[in-house]
Amino acid sequence: MSNKTRQLLTGNEAIARGAYEAGVTVCSAYPGTPSTEIFENLAQYKDCFYAEWAPNEKVATEVAYGACIANARSLTAMKHVGLNVAADLVFTAAYNGVGAGFVIVTADDPDMHSSQNEQDNRRYASFAKIPLIEPSDSQECKDFMKEAYEISERFDTPVLFRTTTRVSHSKSLVSLGEREEQTPERYVRNIPKFVCTPAFAKKHRPELEDKLKALEAYANTSPLNSMELNGGKVGVLSASIAYQYAKEVFPADTSFLKLGFTWPLPLDLIRTFASNVETLYVVEELEPFMEEQLKAAGIACIGKQVIPPMFELNPEIVRRGVFGTEPEVASLDLDMVARPPALCPGCPHRGFFYVLSKRKDFVITGDIGCYTLGYAAPLSAMDTCACMGGGFSLGMGMAKAFAQQGITDKKIFGVVGDSTFFHSGLTGAVEILYNKGNMIPCVLDNSITGMTGHQDNPGTGFTLEGEIANKIAIEDVLKSFGYGNVIIVDPQDLKAMQQAVDDALASTVPAAIIARRPCLLIKRIKHDVGKCTVDRDKCRSCKICLKVACPALHMTDGKTEIDQTLCTGCQVCAQACPFGAISRIGVQKGE
Amino acid sequence: MANFTGKSILICGVGGQGTLLMSKTLTAGLVAAGYDVKMSEVHGMAQRGGSVSTQVRYGKKVHSPIIGRGEADVLVAFEKLEGARYSDLLKIGGTALINDYEVMPLPVSSGAAAYPQNIYEEMRKSFDLRVIPASTIAKSLGNIRCTNIVLLGALVRAFALGSIDWNAALTASVPPKALALNLAAFDAGYKFEG
Repeated sequence: MSNKTRQLLTGNEAIARGAYEAGVTVCSAYPGTPSTEIFENLAQYKDCFYAEWAPNEKVATEVAYGACIANARSLTAMKHVGLNVAADLVFTAAYNGVGAGFVIVTADDPDMHSSQNEQDNRRYASFAKIPLIEPSDSQECKDFMKEAYEISERFDTPVLFRTTTRVSHSKSLVSLGEREEQTPERYVRNIPKFVCTPAFAKKHRPELEDKLKALEAYANTSPLNSMELNGGKVGVLSASIAYQYAKEVFPADTSFLKLGFTWPLPLDLIRTFASNVETLYVVEELEPFMEEQLKAAGIACIGKQVIPPMFELNPEIVRRGVFGTEPEVASLDLDMVARPPALCPGCPHRGFFYVLSKRKDFVITGDIGCYTLGYAAPLSAMDTCACMGGGFSLGMGMAKAFAQQGITDKKIFGVVGDSTFFHSGLTGAVEILYNKGNMIPCVLDNSITGMTGHQDNPGTGFTLEGEIANKIAIEDVLKSFGYGNVIIVDPQDLKAMQQAVDDALASTVPAAIIARRPCLLIKRIKHDVGKCTVDRDKCRSCKICLKVACPALHMTDGKTEIDQTLCTGCQVCAQACPFGAISRIGVQKGE
Repeated sequence: MANFTGKSILICGVGGQGTLLMSKTLTAGLVAAGYDVKMSEVHGMAQRGGSVSTQVRYGKKVHSPIIGRGEADVLVAFEKLEGARYSDLLKIGGTALINDYEVMPLPVSSGAAAYPQNIYEEMRKSFDLRVIPASTIAKSLGNIRCTNIVLLGALVRAFALGSIDWNAALTASVPPKALALNLAAFDAGYKFEG
């Protein structure tokens, strides 16, 4: 086919296109790398259907599931750890089944490019007893989406659609199709199907096993699974991106069983394939998910004994594992220096962490977002970061432990961002009040979901589709809970930031801090930007300014110098300098 | 690489330097020329001033969007230290196209580490090293942000891809008001004699 009719799309763009072509009408998600661009791309089809950012993955999955009960094809998408948040619904939805088609996209992150773990969400399919589809390139992302809706409706089940970072973020050529509008039946109440009381759940339970048997029979003949017999003695069973690596590494006479429908596993098809080859390799990334099932079924295969069970694969790793080949690699005799991500120049979080970093008696329980970078040296101002919303609740647990241990000299600050506050900080804020937590909850409100690349949330006043939304004020929420002293401060004003910390610690009523300044990268806001410079005569080389951890600052010939292409004129370094050596020059409004 | 007859390009730099626009333009040109193309990039944490990389592979048929060590035919580095960092992906004897430009990583600017001094000498031992002052050229053209397109011009020359219609690829990927600058940048990179 000529490239003129094909487009180079990322897997995420292709999934959005597939949902569009499949005739979805309601879509809800919470952003998370590497899934975010699916919904950013859905917004372009807002004339055809509804798409939104929900406060978290559980809400998003519930919204999408509710829509499918009302006979609308629906979609939700999340990063792998998001499915942990949404799992409560998913397991029961498997019992109840669907109205119209319902697809849950999980974008896993082998190698933890932007994640806290590399959990293999294929296990969720077998755990929750729902079918699993895995594309290996962008064309399949689009085509398999359409098939996913057919499967969901035919077998009355939610479908788990799994990508990995390399599937979601790699571009490959895609032929586009047209949208197929659905004509849903009018909604009718169905109590036994959708009300999950124990009596109805017991009825659904054996039906679910029957469904899985039917799905396995389907898997054996599914167009998503294909066998390529190429005459050699070696066969490879593979799926997802690992298939692409294996195709590149194994010789041309190798036979392949390439699976796009990976759970329930098509064991009959695999047996047939195995009988056609002498040696069967299972090439899969992360867990031995397929290999374990093959071995339990008595099908001999070679898998994790040669393919690593952790981190992502690539052709080199597969080649080494299977053929023992080592690439020729140049080795440079250099003392390499890491380039860790850092808070951007002008980042509003810098002032907050700089002020808190000066106190060794502070314990700072962090959370997932740009502000996690407050952990990095030289700020090093964070004790924990584990999960969304944990910034408040982990601090609460530490406060209670310190109290039990008689430790009184630690002051605890729990940190979440604005989007994280709505995601799962709300319940932690309630917990701190309800159980009298001796800690200060802090919301670092930069008015955007930053780390995932600027998505709107309930605090920004805009929706995914760009409409004006009800802007929920974090201070009103905290006050309504019962925080009697909600201190709102501009974290870039270091004196005010210090005062806010002192006031919160001295407060006789429950106190919370909102450190509020919009992210400098938000395009719709006119920012006050400028440049700072160093008066080299005043600089005494004390390096205190370097402790603010700004990428624009470095030492040149023993004195501080500010990179004029990076500086935004935020003046946090100028306020940190004890000798008044740094000052701002020029003001450009709204550059 | 028995089953792959195409070429692999690794583009690296520091978050914010414009590596993505370069790879977008590069792939647009390659697609228009009829190649099968795959491209892989990593988002997220990497954008915050960290080290970033994009891989572009093209040929008659491309399976894997990424490569392993020693497999890239050419390495395009927007920053010197990043060029050294990703050198293990470049095959021995491969072309290293390095922008003569340094961005201090935080451990260096905070005084905890030193920027490696002998990068070019070390790279020259294993690779066909071509140093190009792309950022200096971009600044002289009026905007350091077109460094990426200067490097694209140099890459097209190094890879003998001059027969592709790059004007069309640039027109499709940069805003109209920036087109003249980017065409000039491409030309300067293409004509640069190292």
